[in-house]
Amino acid sequence: MDIKFDQELDCSGMSCPMPILKTKKTVDAMQVGQVLKMIATDPGSTADMEAWSTKTGQELLGAEEEGGKYTFYIKKVK
Amino acid sequence: MGTESSNRLAIIALHGTLDLAYPPLILATAALALDMEAAIFFTFFGLEILKKGNVDKLKIAPIANPAMPMPVPNIVGMLPGMTAVATGMMNSWMKKSNVAKLSELLEMAVDGGVRMIACQMSMDVMGIKKEDLIDGIEIGGAASFLSYASENAITLTF
Repeated sequence: MDIKFDQELDCSGMSCPMPILKTKKTVDAMQVGQVLKMIATDPGSTADMEAWSTKTGQELLGAEEEGGKYTFYIKKVK
Repeated sequence: MGTESSNRLAIIALHGTLDLAYPPLILATAALALDMEAAIFFTFFGLEILKKGNVDKLKIAPIANPAMPMPVPNIVGMLPGMTAVATGMMNSWMKKSNVAKLSELLEMAVDGGVRMIACQMSMDVMGIKKEDLIDGIEIGGAASFLSYASENAITLTF
């Protein structure tokens, strides 16, 4: 997936709820319009990141999985 | 009728065991990440979670717990030391799965602004003083919880 991003967050090895906590903290510190690339290895993070973006209103631009690594692109829209 | 979204989570934490300390802390911290606000009302044995330096020492008993991944017959589970064995096993499984320690989740909950309410009545019953509990908490009663929960909260009990 070729999406330009401003910041990267590696949550590899972390279990629920740490990836969403770290994501939230990182996105809070970013500027509106910026994109975060988040990497996780927790298979539950696919569903959790979708739920997180729905609830917080931040935009999930894309998600992909390759070899047990889950990558998410999140745009801070507010 | 449209669905009205709730942004408030109100939890009652009633137990002081290793397994039952996790859900309230995980859900309350996750609520913060979802732009929600959360409160946990710690009552009876749930107060063990708030005792200074205690949360990482909580135990799980194998007795009368047939759901342990390695089932321990009750007759064995009642032997001295078996609770420590089960606790050590569960802690090692949690570590292997990279689950955050209870103390880390507790700190994130307090720092993140989860309202941590210690039940005054339970403190009196169990002889627990305010100075026995961690900083950053408040002490209250049933009305404190209900008043918070009454405002469109999702309410859970553990």
